[in-house]
Amino acid sequence: MNSIKYLFAAYIATWLIHAVYLGSLVRRFSRLRQQLKELGKGK
Amino acid sequence: MKRLFPILAVITAALLAYALYQALVVAPTERTMGDVQRIFYYHVPSAWTAFLLFMVNLVASVVYLIRRNPKADAVAVVSAEVGVVFCTIVLVTGPIWARPVWGIWWTWDVRLTTTLVLWLIYVSYLVLRRFSDSAQTPVLAAALAIFGALDVPLVYFSIWFFRTQHPQPVIGGGGSLDPRMAHALLWNWLAFSCFAFLVCWSRYRLEMLQREVEEAHAMESLAGAGAAASVPLNRSRQ
Repeated sequence: MNSIKYLFAAYIATWLIHAVYLGSLVRRFSRLRQQLKELGKGK
Repeated sequence: MKRLFPILAVITAALLAYALYQALVVAPTERTMGDVQRIFYYHVPSAWTAFLLFMVNLVASVVYLIRRNPKADAVAVVSAEVGVVFCTIVLVTGPIWARPVWGIWWTWDVRLTTTLVLWLIYVSYLVLRRFSDSAQTPVLAAALAIFGALDVPLVYFSIWFFRTQHPQPVIGGGGSLDPRMAHALLWNWLAFSCFAFLVCWSRYRLEMLQREVEEAHAMESLAGAGAAASVPLNRSRQ
């Protein structure tokens, strides 16, 4: 059974989903920090 | 606490690398499925981690309903969101595994359908949290979380109660697992649990920061409204 491509697809998909989610967290963090700065509360 | 995070991140990265080595090199190749069976080492730990996070969400929701503690509410949001990420991985890796083994990507089998329903319940929980501005939103979300958590045992035990195409559970299913496979599975679960903990930690900090920003915006609006209201009052005094 030529199944190795499915194995790699599953592992890559897993890390891709995690990477997209972590990227969204980083974007949300930087947006909130910017908003805090604008509100004059940035540290 | 800030120093602990990078240390834990390094430990988790090492654990994930070791778990990957266990899954791809140490664990033996399964006789009938071949190498594709190694998807198991990502699919099953992701499912267990998602279930664990949904249970954390249940406990935090109950604590919020009883004590109205905002930190419990924040923990509930965080665990639901990260749980949905892990559940998404289960729903993506499952069909990728099913295609070469069953010959189909998806079947409306009880285990698969209840997992999809579980995912939909927690996505609707997150949609409610994201788009509702009502003060009652955390209470409604906590009630929804309790109903959502009822689906978790249904997903887990569905393969015991119904005829299904999905394999029997690894633990308590009556089947036997090669000790090297069990070892690799547990290493992967440990690594993914540590990773989930770190992601939850970051997401919790983000949630608290978001609440701080919302509070600051509310204070600014109140101050603006107060200033606007004082103008006609001053004028009337002149």
